[in-house]
Amino acid sequence: MALKDITLGQYFPGDTLLHRLDPRTKILLAVFYIVALFMARNALGYALLALSLIVAILISRVGFQAVFRGMKPVFFIVVFTAVLNLVYTPGAGEPLVAFWIVRIYWEGVRTAFFMVLRIMLLITCTFLLTYTTSPILLTDALETLLGPLKRLRIPVHELAMMMSIALRFIPTLIEETDKIMSAQKARGADFESGNLLQRAKALIPLLVPLFISAFRRADELAVAMECRCYHGGEGRTRMRQLRYVGRDYAALVLGLGLCIAVWALNRLGVF
Amino acid sequence: MTSPIIQTEKLCHTYSAGTPFEHRALIDVDFRAYPGELLGIIGHTGSGKSTLIQHLNGLLKPTSGRVLVEDRDIWESKAATRQARFRVGLVFQYPEYQLFEETVYKDISFGPRNMGLDEKEIDRRVRQAAAFVGLPDKVLDQSPFELSGGQKRRVAIAGVIAMEPAVLILDEPTAGLDPIGVAQIMDNIRDYHAAKNAAIIVISHSMEEMARRVDRLVVVNDGRIPLDGSPREVFAHRAELEAMGLGVPRMTRVFQRLKALGADVDSSVYTVEQAKEAFLSAFRRKGAM
Repeated sequence: MALKDITLGQYFPGDTLLHRLDPRTKILLAVFYIVALFMARNALGYALLALSLIVAILISRVGFQAVFRGMKPVFFIVVFTAVLNLVYTPGAGEPLVAFWIVRIYWEGVRTAFFMVLRIMLLITCTFLLTYTTSPILLTDALETLLGPLKRLRIPVHELAMMMSIALRFIPTLIEETDKIMSAQKARGADFESGNLLQRAKALIPLLVPLFISAFRRADELAVAMECRCYHGGEGRTRMRQLRYVGRDYAALVLGLGLCIAVWALNRLGVF
Repeated sequence: MTSPIIQTEKLCHTYSAGTPFEHRALIDVDFRAYPGELLGIIGHTGSGKSTLIQHLNGLLKPTSGRVLVEDRDIWESKAATRQARFRVGLVFQYPEYQLFEETVYKDISFGPRNMGLDEKEIDRRVRQAAAFVGLPDKVLDQSPFELSGGQKRRVAIAGVIAMEPAVLILDEPTAGLDPIGVAQIMDNIRDYHAAKNAAIIVISHSMEEMARRVDRLVVVNDGRIPLDGSPREVFAHRAELEAMGLGVPRMTRVFQRLKALGADVDSSVYTVEQAKEAFLSAFRRKGAM
């Protein structure tokens, strides 16, 4: 079944330097990277950013194939952005191509190219984050990083808990969907043919049991959590304490360095 | 011998082919089921038994090999696959989780309706299927979600029986039920078998239950069928079964041990009734001496 093949921020277990970094460091690095990405104005800056990401992928050993596989779902957006930028960027000189109402200028080609590069680097960088960090660590890190917002009465712990529960149940629900689909197909249900309305109607035998089982699971989970005296984030300690070590500081300095380098390269003004 | 109603020829199935998660779930499986027989399939978790049954009604497509239902390749055309779904009824594990309609009646009629039958025929089948599984008429207008666990399961089984399949496959139909529920479900299944002369295939890992109720046992292990025969023949291979993590019924174990201790008993028994017979005949022999 194709449902199982979805990579949705899938975690690739491993034991590389990138896997071992503190999840908070990795989130901050990603933020630095994105900031640098939006600062970059010329080819040198982009080259530096692309190069550093390639090095990071090599360190993580997740493989370029996995990275490209994750790119597939956003392919359409990338192409769409490229076309829009290509066609709608006004230029000063002579248009490179001109037919009907389409005028493509050199500036358009340049913006489209950099825009595509920017989107791809952006996505790859966040993919790399989820590929090398388990969802649980990721939400833990988010919770601590967003901790200061608690003062503004934002329920950070509850949000993080909701996120980790949601992440935890995605594979379970996919499996469940698969199972119910098979069961209804065995009774002659047809999910693959008919017009849009018929297909939407055919989903009822799938969605009703799915919702019921999701509610049942939620209920069971709530009872199980209460049995273990869960009562929210107040005064709650963690089994796995997050602690920065030397490599985290080094990585953060490197991330900051990347931002400064891109800013400096902008001054050089190549292209 | 009569020709088989379901037959697989060199059936292979590989999950996630070409990825690091590649797993060969079935390897050259030649499986046969004959009309009107009560067949048991045993195998531990991950042996490939669920993969096998999902091929029998065309839910999974073989990686290689063929599946024939009533001598017709079910992947020959779309119509043939659809036909196979109705000829071979498959009841999944915990089938109560597939209920979705507002009333029991509507839920049971889902299968027959998909077959494109007319209202009168649907009504006949729903009522008959409900009777087979012992659901009283007043339940038919209730919501399936108000029923008890055992009743929900019977509704789900009725939903498959209502398609009047020539082969009824049930995956662990009694899992999670109390002893009375187990006996009721097994009786319902037997009633359907007797009334329609359908082939019944039951999957279970409870040796005791299987031994008592089936004519033939098929053992699935590591994607192959190493043992196939009457319960008596299959349980004679105790060492092999135990190596597969399956074991034999308690009665067989007792009698094999008695035999090993030097008692003059028939060690191929597998039910309490047979054990009683074996004891009595052993005593008679002793008395005659």
